[in-house]
Amino acid sequence: MTARDLIPIAVLTILAALLPLVVTSSTVLNFLVFTLIVSLGAQGWNILGGFGGQFSFGHAAFFGTGAYVTAILQLRYGVNAWAGLALATAAGALVGWVIGFLSFRSGLRGSYFALVTLAFAEVFRILANAASFTGGAAGLLIKLDVRPANLQFDDRAVFYWLVLAFVAATLLLTRWIQRSRFGAQLVAVRENEDAAKALGVDSLKVKLRAIALSGGVTALSGCLYAQYFLYIDANIAYGSWISVELLLAPIIGGVGTVFGPVVGALTLHGLGEVAKQFAGRIPGIDLIVFGGVLVLAVAFARGGILGLLERLRDRGRGMVARGTKEVSHAGR
Amino acid sequence: MYSPQIILEAALNGLMTGAVYALIALGLTLIYGVLHIINFAHGALLTCAMFAVWGAWAGLGIDPYLVILPLVPLMFALGYGLQRFVVGPASHGDDGNILLVTLGLSIVLENVLLALFQSDTRTLDTDYSFQVVALGPLLLSYPRVIGLGMAVVVTGLLWLVLNRTDTGKAIRAVAKEKLGANLVGIDVPHIYAVTFGLGCACLAVAAGLLMPTFYVNPRIGGAFVLVAFTVVVLGGMGSIPGALLGGLFIGVVESLCGLLLGDSLGQIGIFLIFIAVLLVRPTGLFGAKA
Repeated sequence: MTARDLIPIAVLTILAALLPLVVTSSTVLNFLVFTLIVSLGAQGWNILGGFGGQFSFGHAAFFGTGAYVTAILQLRYGVNAWAGLALATAAGALVGWVIGFLSFRSGLRGSYFALVTLAFAEVFRILANAASFTGGAAGLLIKLDVRPANLQFDDRAVFYWLVLAFVAATLLLTRWIQRSRFGAQLVAVRENEDAAKALGVDSLKVKLRAIALSGGVTALSGCLYAQYFLYIDANIAYGSWISVELLLAPIIGGVGTVFGPVVGALTLHGLGEVAKQFAGRIPGIDLIVFGGVLVLAVAFARGGILGLLERLRDRGRGMVARGTKEVSHAGR
Repeated sequence: MYSPQIILEAALNGLMTGAVYALIALGLTLIYGVLHIINFAHGALLTCAMFAVWGAWAGLGIDPYLVILPLVPLMFALGYGLQRFVVGPASHGDDGNILLVTLGLSIVLENVLLALFQSDTRTLDTDYSFQVVALGPLLLSYPRVIGLGMAVVVTGLLWLVLNRTDTGKAIRAVAKEKLGANLVGIDVPHIYAVTFGLGCACLAVAAGLLMPTFYVNPRIGGAFVLVAFTVVVLGGMGSIPGALLGGLFIGVVESLCGLLLGDSLGQIGIFLIFIAVLLVRPTGLFGAKA
């Protein structure tokens, strides 16, 4: 990685970190924390779905695992919240590896992979909803005990900074993947798996590494969710809506790009809030917007918002280039 | 342990629930077989049809079985239009895109229904909702027996359409070889839309058969569509007899798991079968190719 790779990430992170000093409204901070948690999960999705081209429709399996592992460790075993966070991330990576091992070894791709991930998430949801160990349908309440050691803070801004730090770290991780040999192999598998194999890429190993990383990052976001709201149940943590949300953000923002998931999550939730302001009491209005934006993005903006911006920039450059050409013609 | 009669009754009940699963899966598998896409909007479209049946009963007092007659062409038209003017043009012929467009559609449809009807659960009752038919020592729910009969009839009709009509031949030609079909003068986008319409028409029948004994709310489709995916995968993607047999089988599994494991765990058997089939034999039991 070069300075050119690092500077945009650093600048944006610092700017975002300054926000709570300007904005003190707790509604806005709440919105930002939640959107950043979604961004983080979406960044996890993007590692597997964006760079690896394996569209998962069941990332709730990882999100929920992260949320439940940290909650159960704290409640049942008295484990420290920070240790819980680390273990939850590891558990997500492990679940990712196992699901990946089962499905990639059977050669599942495309729609079939999408369906199998969906089914895994549903199995987890039903189990968590039924077992008494996970609190059953009543869910789990993490005890309110505001101390930094418990990952609970007086000030929302501190939690915002914490989530932001993880998002920034994942931006760096994604940038590293993009520049690394592993990332190149992953993209090769996405573009043409057979050709990649013919070139000597161990596609199973590459995909397994991607799904483990992906599962870990998404589990981390689930863990932060549990820690922020201090309550989870099976339909929140393993529900199909979270799976959809984690894939919407990168697709809207720019699939397989470093900033795509964050841009997508901010755009979607921003639009959702605006729709709610305008439409008032109509239930589901923000989700109608989400679905509409998804269809429009696929129809008109392949590559999402970032892809659209890039095309506009290229067109702008093209015009400049054409302009200089015309000038040189005139000169001749 | 349970007496054989209870187990037999549960199995028969499951068979009849399975008939409705089969109808839903029939539409899904037809669309997959021809367009090679997984239609994520299938559940939301089923919910639309169920609300139409409920609305006709609540607003106009029409019997749910009679509503099926006008609803079939309506759902066909809706499906035709969606494929022709939304899914087709928006996805540029890429499979991954179609998955996302139908997902987007399902989110929109579901939440428009939510905005219109709120999240309340609605039921309708007819004189025959709780009638039973005696079969020896067993008592079977009358609407469910009708459902089983209709599922078999609709599967037969669909099979006839596909095998005995020119449109059916064109559909099968497009399913086998899109380019070749186009070369001999078949209008491929039209056939795609017809197939999508037929798939939706199956949902109209399913909705009419479900409503006398079931309820509807804007989110209900999701529960059915996951089961329908399982049926389709189990029966083999694109296989029509597979969808019927798969649906019946899954109905029985769900009913027996519900009996043995309790209601909250009842559906887990379905998903475990789903995962196992995908991992071991993704072509399903009747599917020809992956």
